[in-house]
Amino acid sequence: MLAFLALLVTGIEIIISHPRFYWGETGNALTEPLFKIPIPASRATVPTGYGYVMPDQNGWSRYLHFQAAWAAVLTGLLYVIYGLVTGHLRKNLLPRGADLSWRALTKVIAGHLRFKRPSASEARSYNVVQRLTYLLVIFVLFPLIVWTGLAMSPGFASAFPGAVSALGGQQSARTIHFLDTILLTLFLVVHVGVIFLAGFTTRMRAMITGRLGTEME
Amino acid sequence: MSKISRRTLITTGLGITAGASGLAAAASLAQRYGLIPPDGSGIYGPGETLTYAAQRILTSHSMAREFPRSQLSEKPFANEVAPLGDEFKRRQEDGFSDWRLAVDGMVAKPALFSIEEIKNFPSSSQITHLACEEGWSYIAEWIGAPLSHLLDAVGTLPRARYVVYRSFQRGWWESIDMADALHPQTLVTYGMNGGELPVGFGGPLRLRVPRQLGYKSVKYIVRLTVTDNLKGFGKGLGSSSPEAGYAWYAGI
Repeated sequence: MLAFLALLVTGIEIIISHPRFYWGETGNALTEPLFKIPIPASRATVPTGYGYVMPDQNGWSRYLHFQAAWAAVLTGLLYVIYGLVTGHLRKNLLPRGADLSWRALTKVIAGHLRFKRPSASEARSYNVVQRLTYLLVIFVLFPLIVWTGLAMSPGFASAFPGAVSALGGQQSARTIHFLDTILLTLFLVVHVGVIFLAGFTTRMRAMITGRLGTEME
Repeated sequence: MSKISRRTLITTGLGITAGASGLAAAASLAQRYGLIPPDGSGIYGPGETLTYAAQRILTSHSMAREFPRSQLSEKPFANEVAPLGDEFKRRQEDGFSDWRLAVDGMVAKPALFSIEEIKNFPSSSQITHLACEEGWSYIAEWIGAPLSHLLDAVGTLPRARYVVYRSFQRGWWESIDMADALHPQTLVTYGMNGGELPVGFGGPLRLRVPRQLGYKSVKYIVRLTVTDNLKGFGKGLGSSSPEAGYAWYAGI
């Protein structure tokens, strides 16, 4: 969580030094961008249309971004290994076959839209929509952010050139990295937002200690 | 009260101890194999050391990607440098005929090379990607003499671990380890895209280090110093980049 916030803030600072995105291998201030973020840049060489140059925060942002990335990746690996060994991923996250029908899916979604409180037994496990979302984050969005991040590194690209061309080039990797960040941030905002709705103290305590506090008080 | 049992506490405690001693062992191994970067102390030291060590292990024989001519950027971006001053202008008008590259430090025969002499070394060219830490990039052809040939000519001593290189522009200097210095794609470049190296792109001489970001490819180089220790250079952080807040190792 701390690592994610550090990655997000420093990632934004890094983008500010060149808030333009391209597709393919190359792209610079003289070429046409795929899209750009309408903000001033921290470099005078970027044609943003603003007469203002933001302060340069790129140095420490890059240091912290990579350090936090190591922390996030190592924690993520531990989580997946632990989840596989204990069966947490299989038991609690893999949707049960019957839950994958349209009828079951729409029932869960409809219940959510009506803000129906789950029953005591439902509250103890993840429902099918939660399970699918978590699986998407753990096995698609998170690995993709690591892959696209590494693909921007010239050292990594020299050791694994195929990992870069599979993404369409280093500028494509940068663009996908940015879009994936938006999805992961959306997930985090909704995730934490829902916790507030569900009762902040109980849920946060449950997340950190792994225990749902109903039997405690 | 809480149901966190004594057993959980003990296993967690043991886990943390094992993790901490593992880290300490890894740190001493990294030290022994020279995998700690010169800016590897301080709050970002752990991350920098992990990155540098991991990349050195993975990239020991790797080659920067080379591209076909059809992928040359039509619009390479030179980036800006601070004004070079009258002395540079005078040399430029003179065709850089009195430009010299000094090679000194831990070498058997220190030398001064003119651009003509550097052009007499077997030339090498590469079409590689240059990415700036800001996020932009271009692909260009670079022509020059492999740095390893120059180092062979002056007789680098076996204890050498780094090559420090300085720009004509005061205060702009970098260094690379021997893995990059002896790498076949590390060139002392004097040509670009089939012609002379334009001043905007670092002419008359630029050290090209294609497995790292653009800021390691210093423009207007005038001096190379071979050393086994970076402590005596500047603030001892390896280059002017960490002194300005940027990482010494720029393979990422």
